[in-house]
Amino acid sequence: MEVNLDVVGKTYPPTVYAVGREKVREYARAVGETDPLYLDVEAARAAGHDDVVAPPMFAVVYAMPAVAAGMFDPEIGIDFARLVHAGQRFTWGPLVVAGDEIATTVSVKDVSERRGSGFYAFESVSTNQRDETVCTGLWSNIVRGA
Amino acid sequence: MQPGDEIAPLSVTPDRYLTVRYAGASGDFNPIHIDEQFAVEVGLPGRILHGLYSMAQVARAVTEAGGGPESLRSLTVQFRGMGLPEHELTVTGTVRELRDDAIAVVETVCTQQGKAIIRNAEAEIEVG
Repeated sequence: MEVNLDVVGKTYPPTVYAVGREKVREYARAVGETDPLYLDVEAARAAGHDDVVAPPMFAVVYAMPAVAAGMFDPEIGIDFARLVHAGQRFTWGPLVVAGDEIATTVSVKDVSERRGSGFYAFESVSTNQRDETVCTGLWSNIVRGA
Repeated sequence: MQPGDEIAPLSVTPDRYLTVRYAGASGDFNPIHIDEQFAVEVGLPGRILHGLYSMAQVARAVTEAGGGPESLRSLTVQFRGMGLPEHELTVTGTVRELRDDAIAVVETVCTQQGKAIIRNAEAEIEVG
């Protein structure tokens, strides 16, 4: 398959995600979290946080809209029927809590073609309202050849 | 945590509708996770788990080992194979190295029905 190498380095406009208390709780329950820090406002405050804490993997929720901009970019042309999420890396900074506003910028980190398949890696950088980097992500995808 | 130490294993059996709840919670509504007929039509055995749900189970295991969310510095995984609802997932991990007495590097694997669905997973956990 042909891949467009010109898109490497392309950056998409940032998205801003407002972290809601009930969204954090919904996510925490869906993945089976039991730590009261994620579920109970009083427990979170007793531990020194302003509100419920987002589990680290909540990064998926606040970063996904920004990543989607790249995944659906016609200039890249990912075929979703052949798409496989191959790997994922997250590096975390300060904790995210309900009430935070997280801005995420995504860029195309790498594109290559090997043995008929396309490899696409996106990098996301998410910062909070204090401009602290709360998470960087490397999203690796393979589009299998026909 | 010392090199060679095992972290407490984590086991969970996602129920039949887990993928629907996770789709809503995460925003990933790819039909291969929520529509049985669609999944079969594209050649899958049925609806499959979101890879990032399985990664979240790895994250839970290493976060608990580290003593809470502030301890988890990074997590890197490779997805292999497909996870299925209604079968038990098990996460196990071993401390591979301790850097500067401050960061434990934990290698983990997530298995289902004897196969690794996440492998080469590496977590960096702040200790001490």
